[in-house]
Amino acid sequence: MSIKRLSPEELLALDRFAVDEGNPHIVVDKEICARCSKRPCLVVCPARCYQLKDGQVHFEYAGCLECGTCRVMCTDLGVTHWNYPRATFGVTYRCS
Amino acid sequence: MAEDDFDVIVVGAGPAGSACAYTLAKGGKNVLLLERGDSAGAKNVSGGRLYTYALDLVDPELAKRAPLQRRIVREQIMLLSGTQATTIDYADLDKDAAGPQSYSVVRAVLDEWFAGEVEAQGASVVPGMRVDSLLEENGRIVGIRVGEDEMRAAMVVAADGVNSLLGQQAGLFPEVQGHAVGVGVKETIELPDAVINQRFGVKDGEGAARVAIGCTEGISGGGFLYTNQGSISLGIVFNPEQAAQNGRQIQEIFQDFKLHPAIAALIEGGTSIEYGAHLVPERGYHGIPERLYREGLLVVGDAAQFGINTGMIIRGMDLAMVSGLAAARAILQAGNAAGTGPAYRAQLEELLLLPNMRAYAEFHGIFGINRIFKAYPDLANQALQFLFTVDGKVPPPMIKKLKSIVKSKVSYGQLAADAWKGFRSV
Repeated sequence: MSIKRLSPEELLALDRFAVDEGNPHIVVDKEICARCSKRPCLVVCPARCYQLKDGQVHFEYAGCLECGTCRVMCTDLGVTHWNYPRATFGVTYRCS
Repeated sequence: MAEDDFDVIVVGAGPAGSACAYTLAKGGKNVLLLERGDSAGAKNVSGGRLYTYALDLVDPELAKRAPLQRRIVREQIMLLSGTQATTIDYADLDKDAAGPQSYSVVRAVLDEWFAGEVEAQGASVVPGMRVDSLLEENGRIVGIRVGEDEMRAAMVVAADGVNSLLGQQAGLFPEVQGHAVGVGVKETIELPDAVINQRFGVKDGEGAARVAIGCTEGISGGGFLYTNQGSISLGIVFNPEQAAQNGRQIQEIFQDFKLHPAIAALIEGGTSIEYGAHLVPERGYHGIPERLYREGLLVVGDAAQFGINTGMIIRGMDLAMVSGLAAARAILQAGNAAGTGPAYRAQLEELLLLPNMRAYAEFHGIFGINRIFKAYPDLANQALQFLFTVDGKVPPPMIKKLKSIVKSKVSYGQLAADAWKGFRSV
């Protein structure tokens, strides 16, 4: 295999995740996000969990790398709840 | 008053938590070390270099047993722009060279080993436990809560990492601010050892560490590369506020860096096997919260924002271990919970952690010089391009041409201002 540009999806596919279905560890208030003009989350989330769809910020916690960048950068407080996933869930690194 | 379940509960089995729990257990304390990952290291990402004096401080035997990757013998600095690259390569190849050493590390391996060493000292190590909150009674921290379960201890040590939800919950410091951290992204790329040795000019067991500037679209930050056994860690740390202003997704910029011809040549033929991200404390001494303890609670490691970044030296894990050791010594020395906090501060001085951080206190100012991240690497590469070009034509006068290259990137006024700022920072 050779080195190539990897999309966010391809990068996350390298990692092992156990998704806590129906129990998001980060909660985002879409109404606050709709009023936010800066939306740093779209740019700074390394897992690209925040994406713009039809002009709205969509958040998907399944590929979250648990870094905390969105929490730090969300100045308009659209991230209303931030915690690490419950034990045994989330990302598991093996060689980082 | 309810009886304690443990003398000390340490939250987080990273380098800080494990160094602390190891020392406490060795000192005869009944210790519980909790980790939210399925195993220690499972949630951790770092660039990948440990300055091993810190392991020696905790216990000289530890460094002998630690699963370290490669001893760093080559220190490299890269200035990147477009398709150009200038690399400074410093090496001390005296194989008998004694003295301070550093090794590349893989956290999933290192942290799991360290937690095993803690267990071997008699501590209870329990992974797969997310601590939800602190127990507080009469203004004092008396334990922790995991789901419905409560566990009590005379002391709690928060080694819960850069986001330190526990330290915030205890009211020791406010939420982390964007300007105080860097967001790091990293790919681990599998590559045979023989290939790594050849490409980096190192022998088995030896390795290279590299920092790169000019690869962040002008955002304050830089690239890094560490050689491991059978893999390379490649990544970038960005200032998240500037990244947000820049507007381009950070992992896109990282992929550009990976595919820069000077970087791609180093990893060609390799296989990407993992992608990670983590925040790092960036402000150095001035980023340390005023309060690192209250009765019954000490904060160590990244949670205390301990970190040093001079652009060339990036330290976190060693400071984490030293702070964990400092906390353990304070607990072992102090007779009561009230005396432990001040004793911890005193140990941070005695073990030279705070003096080290003070020595670099103003270095963070360097990263306020934004031209370092684009204009100056461009300038260096253009100047070298000119100096190495032979095309048979009569070259322009050297000084005149160099001056014009400088002027195309920066005014003399800006240059003087940056030089002054840089001088004041170091």
